[in-house]
Parts: sequence; C-alpha cells; structure tokens
Amino acid sequence: MEQILFYILATVIVIATILAITEKHPVHAIVYLVTSFFALAVVFYLLAAPLIAMFEMIIYAGAVMVLFMFVIMMLDLGGGGDAKRPSLAHCLPALVLAGVILASLGLLVTARSSAIPAASHMPDVREFSTTLFTKYGVAIEIISMQLLFAVVGALYLGRRRKP
Amino acid sequence: MIPDPIDIALSAIKIALVFFVILTLAAYLVFAERRLLAWIQDRKGPNRVGPFGLLQPLADLIKMLTKEDFKPAGADKWLFYLAPAMAAIPAIMTFAVIPFGAPIPLLGRQVAMQVVDLNVGLLLFIAFSAIAVYGVALGGWASNSKYALLGSIRGLAQLISYEISMGLALVPVVILSRSFTLSEIVNAQEGCWFIVYQPLAFIIFLISIIAECKRVPFDLPEAEGELVAGFHTEYSGMRFGLFFVGEYINIIVLGGLATTFFLGGWHGPLLPPVIWFSIKTLAFAVLFIWIRGTLPRLRYDQLMHFGWKFLTPLALLNILATGWWMVLRG
Repeated sequence: MEQILFYILATVIVIATILAITEKHPVHAIVYLVTSFFALAVVFYLLAAPLIAMFEMIIYAGAVMVLFMFVIMMLDLGGGGDAKRPSLAHCLPALVLAGVILASLGLLVTARSSAIPAASHMPDVREFSTTLFTKYGVAIEIISMQLLFAVVGALYLGRRRKP
Repeated sequence: MIPDPIDIALSAIKIALVFFVILTLAAYLVFAERRLLAWIQDRKGPNRVGPFGLLQPLADLIKMLTKEDFKPAGADKWLFYLAPAMAAIPAIMTFAVIPFGAPIPLLGRQVAMQVVDLNVGLLLFIAFSAIAVYGVALGGWASNSKYALLGSIRGLAQLISYEISMGLALVPVVILSRSFTLSEIVNAQEGCWFIVYQPLAFIIFLISIIAECKRVPFDLPEAEGELVAGFHTEYSGMRFGLFFVGEYINIIVLGGLATTFFLGGWHGPLLPPVIWFSIKTLAFAVLFIWIRGTLPRLRYDQLMHFGWKFLTPLALLNILATGWWMVLRG
C-alpha cells in the first residue's frame, strides 16, 4: 500500500520538477514546483515524519513560493519568450553538481548493506522538539541569529531614503 | 498493512457526511447573509422562491450552472480553469481535522467525530490556509485583466500578512494544551475554555480569520467600489460560484476552528456535543455577517499597518506573557 503510493508520488515529483526547470513561463514553473513540494510533503508523511511534511508545505509551498509569485506578478515578468538555450559553459556547474550527486547515489546503492532501519514508530511532536532544542540547541540559536541578520538587512535595504 | 474494511467504510461515511453538510450549509449561509443584510438595511431580501425564500439557493445554483462558461481573450487557459478549485478545495479539506462531536461507541469501537485525528492537526490548518493563497493569486493573474491582477496582488499580500498573526495567536493555545492535536486541544478545555485564559489571543485570531476569508472590513481583494469585483472579475457561471461558495466554506471552517481553539469545541452542558459545536460555529458565521453589515472597508495602507505593526507585535507579546505565566505557575 505505502509502496504503491510512494511510486506514484515519486513519479509526480520527478515529472513536476523536470517541468519546473524546462518551463519557460515563470508562473507555470512555480505551479509545477509547488506540485512537486506537495507530493514531497506526502512522501515525508509516509516516512513517519508528519512534522517535516507540514513544514515543507507551510514554509516552501506556502511562504517561499508565494513570495516568488508575488514578485513575478508585481513586476509582470510573464512571457519569457526570448529566453535562449544557455551555452555549454553556463551549464558546466550544474553538470558537475549533477555528476557528484549521481555518483554518490550510485555509491549508496551499490554499497548498501540493508542497514537502513525502518521507522519503528511515529515520533511525536514533543519528542522531536525536545531533541531539537536540547541536543541541537546551539545550532538552532545560530540559525535564528542568521535569520535575524537577514531581517535587519532587509529592513536596511528597504528603509526610506531622504530625497 | 491493510486497514480494517469497517474502518475504511466509517471514514468514507464521515467524509461524505462532512462534504454534504458543509456544502449545503455554505449554500444556505449565502441565503442567510442576504436575508440578514436586508434586515439590517431595513429591506426584505430574497423571499419569493419557496416558503420564506428558502429555495433561493437552489434557484441560484440552476442559474449558475446554465450561464455561459466564459474565458477572456488572452487568458491563461488551464490556470484560469483550475484557480476556482484551488480556492475552494483547501478550505473544505481543513475540516478533516476538526472534531465536531464527542467520540461515540459504534460497532464495538470508539468512533471519533472527526475525519482524521492527526498529531499535527493545527499545523495542517496553517499549511492549508497558506496553500489557499494560490487560488486567489492565480485566478486574478490568469484572467489577463487589470482589475483582476490588482485584486489578486492585494489578496496575496493581505493573506500572507494576516497568516502570521493568525499563526502566532495559536501559539498560546498550544502552550496551554501542550499539543498540536485538535482533539487534545478540545479535551484540555473541558474545565475552562481557553477564551478565559487568552482573551487577547482570541481577539487577534478573530480579526485575522476575518482577514483570511477576505470579508468586510478586509475585503480589499474584491473591493467592488474600485476594482469591479477584484480577483474574480472575469469569472462567470459555476467557476465564479466556486469562488463564491469557497468563501462561505471558509467562514464555516474558520468558525469551527475558532470554536475548537478558544470556545471549548463540542463541550457544553445539557445539549448533545454536535449541537453545541454547530451553535458555536454558526454564531461565528452570524458575527461575520453582522460585521459586514456594520463596518466600512479599510484603506489598503491601514490594512497593512494594522497587520504588521499592531497585531503581529501584540501576538508576540502575548506569547511571551503566556510563557512567563506558565513558568511562574510551574
């Protein structure tokens, strides 16, 4: 049951993501990417991580992509008909990255010793947050400081300048 | 892992029941709104179709379905067709996590009066209200019209701004009940409703949900006076109907959530739990209609200032105060 669902979702994710990077129109690309995030959230849920699934939907689909869309709609960046196929030199970093990811995936598949333990139970929210804020407390503080810097920076850039 | 067929059947029955009740209720809420507004404005309202005009929603439905399905020139075909569904579906899906009655024993098991009791129920509501933005945004953008685009840009900015204060107003509820599960939040209010401990959070949440369902005084995305009909200007027939009914589904669902978070859910003396839940939820719907008949529309900068500079800081202070109180109490 879960396996059938997983394969359906995986197909949706792969197709939607490919369409998101090949689609020329930015708004359509966003719709495809949101579809992919949505399916990914369900995959997280199947992996017994409901909290991550919800964060995927709230933060990525609900906040980040909505802001992208807001910018595209405000600046009227539709069309995109004159976008040319990038040259090979521009594609090189992406190709290198793709090669590294594929190679590490290949290593994982060949060297797998069937040691991935199945999730024995759904960890509840309390367990998850206690671990997060005690074991990884310092990391959380550092990340929140970084977000605070970003907010202050945005405020500075968006301040009203004297004429 | 194959679930028990009786469980599947019970879930299917609950889903069908929720769909039927919510859609019927939304149609009659439109009628109730027209009658109540007429009453407030000293008019009669729709009273011709059937006894007291009670068949008016049926007549409206026939009208909507037989109208021409129109697509403006230069519109983005698929997104234009899909957007109304994107607006209505998240609202009705949120109802899946709302407990609308006490669990009842049936066929030798405890059947929860709730489609699914997720341990992240509260977050699911926030996630779906974030997803609902796409219907408004894409509907207006795909119409290829100035008014619709302006309406949807306003809608986008408004919805993401008030989502923040809405989410922050729910943090004290989670602190008090120590759970994201909606059934546990209801159970935590058995003795005393959270509105007693958290009147401020309740008021912030109430204002935010009125903004979330784009009602007067926050109806700037469709502001008739300036934007024709805002983001759904170019829609006709049942596609407009979906946007329209979606708004009323949203009212019912958000009213139900406010009941669950602050008014003790289905708890109440004497009457059966389902009746208590319905009374509280419909009281919110009547309050929304009353507010629509009373208040004028805000100006756009007032809306943004109020959300960002007043409601959000107030909600943050409230969280801080609640945290201190919980620590001091031990």
